[in-house]
Formats: sequence, C-alpha cells, structure tokens
Amino acid sequence: MTSLIPPSTAEHEAGAVLEEGHGDFRLFGLALFLVADGMTFAGLFAAYLTFRAVNPLPEGGIYELELLLPTLNTVLLVSSSFTFHRAARQLRLGEGAGCRRWLLITAALGAAFLASQMREYFTLPFGLTSNLFASTFYVLTGFHGLHVFLGVMLILIVWWQARAGGSINSQQHFGLEAAELYWHFVDGIWVVLYGIIYLL
Amino acid sequence: MANSISPHATHLQPQGWWRYFGFSIDHKVIGIQYLVTGFFFYLVGGVLAGMIRTELATPISDYLSREAYNEILTMHGTVMIFLWIVPVVNGAFGNYLVPFYVGARDMAFPRLNAVAFWMIPPAGILLIGSYFIGGAAQSGWTAYPPLSLTTPATGQVVWILSVLLLGGSSILGGINFIATILKLRRPGLKLMQLPMYCWAMLGTSILVVLSTPVLAGTLILLAFDIVAHTGFFNPVQGGNAVVYQHLFWFYSHPAVYIMVLPAFGLVSEILPVHARKPLFGYTTMVYSILAIVFLGLIVWAHHMFTSGTPPWMRLFFTIATSFIAVPTGIKFFNWLATLWGGKIALNSAMLFSCAFILNFVLGGITGVALAQVPFDIHVHDTYFVVAHFHYIVYGGTVFVIFASVYHWYPKFTGRLLNEPLGTLHFVLTFIGFNLCFGPQHWLGINGMPRRVSEYDPQFTLMNQVSSAGALLMAISTLPFLFNVIYSAFRGELAGDNPWRALTPEWLTSSPPPVENWHGPAPHVEHPYGYGMVDPA
Repeated sequence: MTSLIPPSTAEHEAGAVLEEGHGDFRLFGLALFLVADGMTFAGLFAAYLTFRAVNPLPEGGIYELELLLPTLNTVLLVSSSFTFHRAARQLRLGEGAGCRRWLLITAALGAAFLASQMREYFTLPFGLTSNLFASTFYVLTGFHGLHVFLGVMLILIVWWQARAGGSINSQQHFGLEAAELYWHFVDGIWVVLYGIIYLL
Repeated sequence: MANSISPHATHLQPQGWWRYFGFSIDHKVIGIQYLVTGFFFYLVGGVLAGMIRTELATPISDYLSREAYNEILTMHGTVMIFLWIVPVVNGAFGNYLVPFYVGARDMAFPRLNAVAFWMIPPAGILLIGSYFIGGAAQSGWTAYPPLSLTTPATGQVVWILSVLLLGGSSILGGINFIATILKLRRPGLKLMQLPMYCWAMLGTSILVVLSTPVLAGTLILLAFDIVAHTGFFNPVQGGNAVVYQHLFWFYSHPAVYIMVLPAFGLVSEILPVHARKPLFGYTTMVYSILAIVFLGLIVWAHHMFTSGTPPWMRLFFTIATSFIAVPTGIKFFNWLATLWGGKIALNSAMLFSCAFILNFVLGGITGVALAQVPFDIHVHDTYFVVAHFHYIVYGGTVFVIFASVYHWYPKFTGRLLNEPLGTLHFVLTFIGFNLCFGPQHWLGINGMPRRVSEYDPQFTLMNQVSSAGALLMAISTLPFLFNVIYSAFRGELAGDNPWRALTPEWLTSSPPPVENWHGPAPHVEHPYGYGMVDPA
C-alpha cells in the first residue's frame, strides 16, 4: 500500500508531514466490509446447515443436484482468481495492454460462470418454493450470483479505467486492487458454497 | 480524481448553520446531525410509549384496538433501538469524539461517514410512513415468525427494508470507527493511552461488523417468506421458526452491547473529570470490554429458553451469560473506585452518571437472574423482561446520553447548559423512570404478560403507578428541551475547557475549528492524569 501525502504539505515544516497526510486505508476498510459481507453468508450457511440437519424434506424432495455444471463453474471461478492476479501483476510491471487483456479474460470467466448458473437454474426439477432445500438453494446461490454479477461489472469498470490515459495506471491502482480483493472473496465464498450445497 | 485522503477537503465545507442540513463530511457536524436526528426520534418513540402507558392505565382496551396497540409497541421498540439509541450512542458521540481522541482531523473515511448518516432519515421516514400505507408492522421489534408471516404483509416488509437500511448504516459506521481507531492514531499514541470511549467504540464496532450482517441475511430470508412465499421460517411449509430466533438473537443480543458498551465508555470519560481523579483500573477496564465483546457473541440463546432448546444448550448459555457479570462487575467497581475519595462536583452530568451506575446495577442483577433457566421460564415474556430491558437501556444508556449532553454541550456550542434546569430534569427523570419501570418487576413476577393491551384487574394499581411514572418522564423532557434551545443562544459562556478536563477534545477551542486543532494535534499520554498533570 502506498502512503499518499498531498503535495501541498511541502510548504509545511518537515515534522508536520506525518500529521497532515495519512496513509491510504481504503483497502483496510474494504477488507472490514468483506468481513461483514462474509458474516451475511455465514448466517445463511448456518441456516442452511441447520435446516438440513433438523428439517426432513417432504415426500419426493431431493438433495441431489447435477454435479457437472457446478464443478465446471468452480473451475471457472477459481481460474478467474488467477487471471485477475495476473492482470494486477502486469499492471505493476507497467504493461497496461497486458493488464487489460487479462482483465477481459477474468470478466469473461465470470460471465461464463453466470451463464452456466442460469442454465443450471432452468434445468433443475424444482423451483424457488418447491421445498425448504429448494428455497435455500436458490437464495444462497442467487445471493452469491449477485456478488459475481457485481464483480463482473467492477472488472469492466476497472478495465475501462486502465485504458491508456485512464485513472488506473502502474502508480495509482487502488480501484484494481479493491476489485481484486473483492473477486478473491467471492471466489472463496463459492468454494465453501460448493462444498456444503453440492458435495455434502 | 478526488479521494478521501486529502486532509484539506474539509476546507471546502460550508461554515454556517445550514451545514447541519447538508452532506457535510466534517465529523463534528455529522455527530451533531446524528444527535439531533436521534433526539427527534426519541420524542417520536416517547409519544408512542406514552400511548402504550395511557392504554395500560386501565385493564380493558380503551382507545386502541389490539392491532393498533401491536403496531404502536412494534414501532416504539424499533424507533427507540434503531433510530435513537444505536445512532446516538455510537454515531453521535462516536463521530464527535473519536477523531479527537486519536488525535486526527477527521474520521478515516469522511464521505462514507456522511453516507452512513444520510441512510438514517430515509429509513426513519420509511418506518413511520408505513402507518399510512396499510398499517405498520405488528409483530414487535423481534418480528418472530410465524407471527410476522401472518400479520399484514405491507407494514412488515417496509419494516424489514427500514431495518436493513439502518443496519447498513450501522455497518458502514462500524468499519469507519475500526479504521479510525486502529489506523488513524496520531504517531506515537499507543492503544493503551487511548481514552476509554475509544476502546468501547472499538469493541462495539467489532460487534457491529460481525453480527449486524447476520441480521441482514435473516431479514432477507424473512422477506422471501413474506413476499415470495418460501417457507424458511414457516412450519406449515416444512420450515423452522426456531432458526429465525437463533439468527435474530445472534445479532440482537450483541445489539444490547452495541447499545450499552459505548455508554460504559462515555461514563468512563465523565466520572474522572467531575470527580477530579484518574479513571480507576484502566487496564482491567480495557480487558473487560474485550471480554464482554467475546462473551456477548456466544450468549444469544438465553433469549430462547422456552423455545424448545435442548438441555446442553441451556446449560452452556446459562453459564456463558452468567460469566458476563464478571467483566461488567469489574467495570462497576472501577467506577465506584473512581468516585471514592474524589472531589465530586454534583452537577447534572455527574447526577445522571451516578444514577446510571445505580440503575445499571439493578438491571444487571435482573439480567443474571434471567439467565437462570428455572427463573427465566417463569417470567419469560412477562413485564419482568420489560423492566429488566428498560433498566439496562433507559436507566443505563439513556441516562448516560443525558449525562453526555450536559458534559459535552459546552464543547458543541461554547456555552454551558443551565444547571438548575438540569437538576430539575434529572430529578423528574430519575423519579419518573423508577416509578415507571420499578413496579413492572412485580407485575412480571406475578404473571402479567407483555405485549397485550388488556390485563387482569388485579394488576390495575401497579399499572397506574407505572403510567404515572411515564407521565413524569414525559414532563421531564420539557426542561431539557427548553434548556438546550435556550442555552444555545443565552447560555453562560463556557470558555474552551470549563471542566478543566484533560482528554484531547478539551485541548482546542469550543466549539472546535473545522479540522479540530489550531496547530498540530496535542500528544495526550495521560487522559486521566488528574492530580498528576496540571490542567490547562
């Protein structure tokens, strides 16, 4: 993290510099926000696990889901974390074009995830209100999908800002770092979700 | 690109009175905005409380239908908790004081701070507006399903939206406090040199960030049940209403500490100044706060002893809850030891603070009693719980809010509040409060259920005593209101530091300049060094 001290402090005496400007805590703030967001998921996960443990499904209800699409989705999302990391590294090396290419790949992986999740929704044999498991399934994956959608939007915004002459460059890249942290978070949540909904 | 890092952004802030009505990013302006908005909602919630006590003056349903009575008690609880106590004891005093205490010129994220405040008025308007679009929510501030699923849906959904907005505001505020306290301290200022209110706000903000989101998730599920007819919490559809209670109390028990820990912090600032003694047991105070934060997160199911909880769960939650009495007791004795042998000035701030100690220990004792399963099952959902809760939240927190207004008013305005009026306010509030809620212990033990507009005639006398107390509390607001308005224009000039206090907010002018200090921030190593450091 870079310490940003406004240029105007040059006219103050040296001792006043520390006091006048301060470091950039925005990533720290975002991390705290993600802790809060993670607790929302934790609450939903706890509800889901309790339902599964104590509330039997009605006659004919099933827990089993197709594994192929969601496993593919897991691969897509986990690789997108690596491609995003790659984009950030390219930016730090001053390779603006390379960074933008990797960002587009990341966004495409995210979009593919959403498309594949849509396909899964439309082929499942149950709807939102069919039974308790169905409701929990749609709300949990839907809430996560909303996060992925938002992440793809963020990546596209960062992609636009990283154009030549844009506000994100190898010196100033808070926007990109923030989107990356968020994206890794959404990715991590998916891995847990995949584990407890599809594998358990 | 403008960003929140430049410390010079606040120079662009307007200076006149109208800045209190705009999107100011000055932490002091935002603090006052929280305080005044919160007090407005206190008056709204107070009128609702008055309507409840009027209805309960006789055993039969007089002028309110049962549904209207339920709407009013739901609205009273929600307004008082989410729009008065949480925003004021955290947002108002936190925003005003924490940047001073860490030696900063503003909060870590000034714009986020303004956003967090401006989420509150729309949420309040939404909540009160639900009266006019088909009736307000009727299921109490707890909104337990299946009750909240069978009462009229519109009001309940608006209630959920409003609480989600307020929870969001609270989370953004909590993030800001943690970043400010941990990251924005003046270089060289150690954590263990911070005034106690900072520690209280740090602990509170940790609770806010960890528990409020769980409430948000729960209310989203509840909204799905109401709007989309899913069955998460509806037993008829195979759902589980007890899961709602677990998730709800995972937030709402820590919420009690979110309401009361900052009050502990504020009273720890006020007592040393007016007793002219160092705060007793600083280190134990800090560890007590951290212990309360930790224990506060693992005691939620003591609200659910009658919800079919298994014996091991009851045992665990009884023991964990009883343990909270230890750190709380440490704080209580530390406050007494701070007063012991001090040169006590019995002004309004001190009177309210001492009354807080008394009320809080009564509420604390009934709290430990309620943690014991056999007793809890006997008084569950009776007026005993109402009495306990109001002794903590009114006798505890609201008394501290009044003490804090008397203490910091000279800082806010440069003028002192009128002391005889303050004493009158105190006497009326103290008598009214104990008259109102004291008899409710007896009513609860004898079996009067809460949240019902009618009761057995044998309870009439005590209910009338309680209602008389409520009337006194309503009257007590008048000298206070007159005092704060009159003194803003005609109050005695206070000077910069009327209490000769040592905490950093007093080491600048009153009211302070836009970026808090005229020169560099002072380095305060001993915020409670009375008898050690010569006050300016």
